[in-house]
Amino acid sequence: MAKLQYERPLIQKLNTGTMNKFGTRTEYRPHTEIDGAKVEDLMKEFGSPLFVISEKTIRDKFNDANRAFKTRYPKVQFVWSYKTNYIAAVCNVYHQLGSWSEVVSGFEYNKALKSGVPGSKIIFNGPDKTVEELKLAIENNSLIHIDHLDELYTIIELTSEIQKRPKVAIRVNMDTGIYPMWDRFGFNYENGQAWDAINKIVLTDKMDLVGLHCHIGTFMLAPSAYGVAAAKLSELALAIRKKYGKTIQYLDMGGGFASKNTLKGSFLSGADTTPPIDDYAEAITTSILNAGFLEEELPTLYLETGRALIDEAGYLLGTVISNKRLSDGRKATIMDFGVNILFTAFWYDHKITPAQEFSHYTENSVMYGPLCMNIDVVRENVTLPPMKKGDHVVVHTVGAYNMTQWMQFISLRPAVVMIDMKGKAHLIRKRETLSNIDASEEMPGYLKEFKL
Amino acid sequence: MKIKKNIAISDSGFIFNPSTGDSFSVNPIGLEIIKQLKEEKTSDDIKKHILKLYAIDEATVEKDFYDFLKMLEANKLSAENEKAN
Repeated sequence: MAKLQYERPLIQKLNTGTMNKFGTRTEYRPHTEIDGAKVEDLMKEFGSPLFVISEKTIRDKFNDANRAFKTRYPKVQFVWSYKTNYIAAVCNVYHQLGSWSEVVSGFEYNKALKSGVPGSKIIFNGPDKTVEELKLAIENNSLIHIDHLDELYTIIELTSEIQKRPKVAIRVNMDTGIYPMWDRFGFNYENGQAWDAINKIVLTDKMDLVGLHCHIGTFMLAPSAYGVAAAKLSELALAIRKKYGKTIQYLDMGGGFASKNTLKGSFLSGADTTPPIDDYAEAITTSILNAGFLEEELPTLYLETGRALIDEAGYLLGTVISNKRLSDGRKATIMDFGVNILFTAFWYDHKITPAQEFSHYTENSVMYGPLCMNIDVVRENVTLPPMKKGDHVVVHTVGAYNMTQWMQFISLRPAVVMIDMKGKAHLIRKRETLSNIDASEEMPGYLKEFKL
Repeated sequence: MKIKKNIAISDSGFIFNPSTGDSFSVNPIGLEIIKQLKEEKTSDDIKKHILKLYAIDEATVEKDFYDFLKMLEANKLSAENEKAN
């Protein structure tokens, strides 16, 4: 007689009381394939844990966003936010789709150049640009978004040695009714700092003010705030036109659109609360179209959205290391991935599903990572079928920020694969090895030997 | 460990404790273990029975079986709890 499939014995107390009007969560339906590639096969070939990127989802999400904006506004340019995910293969999918590069450091700038992005199609943002990096950006005709006055004065100094007029924009921060207000980046709109910078740029006549930029926050669930921001930037652009006769060529609305992740502490899941990209598009384009630009002077709309485009294209596959019982009776599951590679677990309740078939019985569990650190909690409470050592799970919506903010802490970083449009898996980043770490270390001669 | 004698067990995995009014749901393997406990089988016999029925290794059964017994105790379903109640 064939033996039955084993499942850990479970007992659940049945509670009566007020019913949950949203019903029970059904996160435990098994997720066995990603775009036709079997999860088990991927883990067998590339190991565990493993990040998986769906090229199809990237393209679908991009095309949806592109449609949402281009059907509402005539001049739109997407600019891929490198810090969201700068694995070269991922960036190249966006570049194939027509996106330029948005970078916030010299490292990212050089990465974009190395990938073959023309310098004139790189937007250089951020507060930290060295003199050498600024020189390179000016030589390459990149769009430099000035963050502070010190940077502005450095660029003015550089123009005396470089015979080129830098193309610049200023980053503007403003009150859009959102808390917290991101006023640490750029120049404030309401208190006149933005005008101080604009006056300086125009009156020194050393560079071309081609754009205005804002980035009002992150994971913004209120599209109306973008409407306010677009209206204020448009007002500023029109005022510059009136005061100096200069036409602002583009308005860069930055990023910050929410993905379908669920923020910790939120009552409803992200899938239910995240606005569709059309809502952001409607708020932004309506504000610009109604601002009063002449038709021939309508600025190009730049969008640096990262998270909303890539988050859902990323999966993290992992394996159960052990199950244990905590002192208060709660079940705990220890996984082979933790906050070291799933940094976003600090602020999201990631959707986690088993990667193999299970019965309909479930239990609540705390999900821990493998680190010998108390902070390593992937989910404080997750309902899943009873899993045993060696079982696999799929963590959803991890494409944004994890593959850039991950830490080489305690363990090495995993491989990343991309599933192409035909369901074939390609290794796009190798699993780290000890030699990767050793390669950067130096040992002083007197410390080379020891006796124990 | 012995299970309380007055515990009602249904074939679908519904458990009722008449002395506290609590009800529970167990999965098929949990039900199998509770039934064996009710028949006063020893722990070794129950583990052997599970190993015969299911495709699983001995170490996993050992670990999960004792964890399940702890949960029965915690839910006041073991006969050892009877005196305390």
